[in-house]
Amino acid sequence: MRVLAPALVALGVATALAAVVAYVGGGSAGDAIRALVVGSVGSSSNVAATLLRATPLLLTGAAVMLAFKSGVFNIGAEGQFLVGALAATVVGTAPGPQFGRWLLALMAGALAGAIWAAIAAGFRIGRAVSEVITTILLNFVALYLVSYAVDGPLQEAARQYPQSDLLVDGAMLWRPIAGSRLHIGVALALIAAVLVGVLLSRTALGLRLRAAGSNAPAARLAGFPVLRDLTVAFALSGAIAGLAGAVEVTGVTGRLYERISPGYGYTAIAVALLGGLRSGGVIAAALFFAALSAGAGAMERSAGVSSVLVLAVQGATLLVIAMLNVSLLRRVGRGDASGSVER
Amino acid sequence: MLLETFLATGLVLATPILLAALGELLVERSGVLNIGVEGVMLSGAFAAALAAWGSHSTTAGVLAAALTGTALALLFALATVRLGADQIVVGAALNLVALGVTGALYRAALGASGTALVLPTLAPLDVPLLRHAPILGKALFGQNALVYLGLCLTPLLAVLLRHTGLGLRLRALGDHPQAAASLGLPVRRDRILMLAVGGALAGLGGAALTLAATNTFVEGITAGRGFIALAVVVFGRWSAWGALGGALLFGLASALQFQFQAAALAIPYQLFLMLPYVLTLAVLLLPSGGGSAPRALGTRYDRE
Repeated sequence: MRVLAPALVALGVATALAAVVAYVGGGSAGDAIRALVVGSVGSSSNVAATLLRATPLLLTGAAVMLAFKSGVFNIGAEGQFLVGALAATVVGTAPGPQFGRWLLALMAGALAGAIWAAIAAGFRIGRAVSEVITTILLNFVALYLVSYAVDGPLQEAARQYPQSDLLVDGAMLWRPIAGSRLHIGVALALIAAVLVGVLLSRTALGLRLRAAGSNAPAARLAGFPVLRDLTVAFALSGAIAGLAGAVEVTGVTGRLYERISPGYGYTAIAVALLGGLRSGGVIAAALFFAALSAGAGAMERSAGVSSVLVLAVQGATLLVIAMLNVSLLRRVGRGDASGSVER
Repeated sequence: MLLETFLATGLVLATPILLAALGELLVERSGVLNIGVEGVMLSGAFAAALAAWGSHSTTAGVLAAALTGTALALLFALATVRLGADQIVVGAALNLVALGVTGALYRAALGASGTALVLPTLAPLDVPLLRHAPILGKALFGQNALVYLGLCLTPLLAVLLRHTGLGLRLRALGDHPQAAASLGLPVRRDRILMLAVGGALAGLGGAALTLAATNTFVEGITAGRGFIALAVVVFGRWSAWGALGGALLFGLASALQFQFQAAALAIPYQLFLMLPYVLTLAVLLLPSGGGSAPRALGTRYDRE
């Protein structure tokens, strides 16, 4: 029931908002909802589109879940995703041998994300500055970094559009089904989401991370290396979000451009919380939001309901969950009030 | 004359940030962190555009922006202060809702024609004599009402926060709400009040964007300016003068970017856009001399 209630709320909010806007826009609410469903799961290619959309949400959602469980208020999955995509593009477009290039690209993405998040860890530990502030700032730095890269050093050889060249073939992820855009990163994301859950609930590191997240002073008294664990939590969370960016480039887009993320890192917060900060929940929530945005395109075409409304649905869902489930986040990100860790 | 225009433009571009930042300053001083200020500002910008477009009156636009900002901030207050929901999550939710709803409504109501929306402009109110002072005359004395509002509020809030009982009380809420409550201060009521004022100011910041700085509305027009306001508060170490300094820095950097573009200098514009964020990070890197964050910032206050 704890899992089901937010999901029902989300569905209700989505339906109501779509209906209202269809009405305002002079269309029919029924048409809008029908289009939403058909567009997201109505055919095998629509299902594939939903799965492709779910992949970055799964990974960034898992990244946020790991952070929140560890007492780290990572609002920076967006920026970590972007630097991950940037690093993967650098590796994926470089000259040289192609063998195993995709693996290098994914690793570069994860590393870049980890470093980006570690900056915020440094601010929190060294300067007692809350990661809420620094990760938001770093999101924008990453956004303009990508924007600069695709307009400058990484711009395509043709110099026509603000985008990078296509990645070399060896850097692209395997697409096992002929004629489908589904890539192996979809499976990778599912596995990663499950692994994060296992890490948190079944390993010693996970126990320490959760202890630091739920009661840092007690964890310190227990002799846990809280500062080190905190840094690990930042870096791991950033690595997963960076991996998401790398998977998006190597699996779907094949190149980098400024708007490569329609806000995956922000939606990830809604995914993690709608999923109750558990693996199964995060997978379900990522699929739900992915279906919503895949269906939204169809809704816009056939019922005249703007696809941007998907954002409002995500936000409204998040708002309702935050109000219903006050205890879920009671202690996240609070070493003490300023976000620092007492020594 | 170039310098005069540059300064005046910089101030016009700084004003949306300044208003939102002064509002957020009050909110944060009371111990609440509203990262939804981006969404509140965007909603204010949209409300101002819609009202000014519908009524051909900038006054109506400004009022609509302040009211919308207040309403959204009260929603935030209901969720966080009243129901105890997490401030960061509710703030993030507010941003998503604002982006989605203003985008959809814009497409439904204003954007159908496909041409850019041209809005009425806030008229400049010249201060007699001073308006013709050299260099700063146009920047300081030939501006619209919202610029004056920001410039007058800054010293007011600075004095209020540092030298009045009211300011002391406000800082007590943010530093130690339990102690404030034990002295009989109504912690929740005052936080809600500050949120309402902050929301109105963020809404006005949105109006300053659509009715003065750009004279149009497009989806997501704030483009992170609310987050810059958030950064400016931190940059200014939670002081009103600091917020003015940060906002001016941003405004002048933006104005400089226009001048550079006009002069076709080969400095990537992205570096200018990145500047306020990088500078804020740099300031945070310094050991915190002087003001620092309110100690209870972002935490729930339970009565017990």
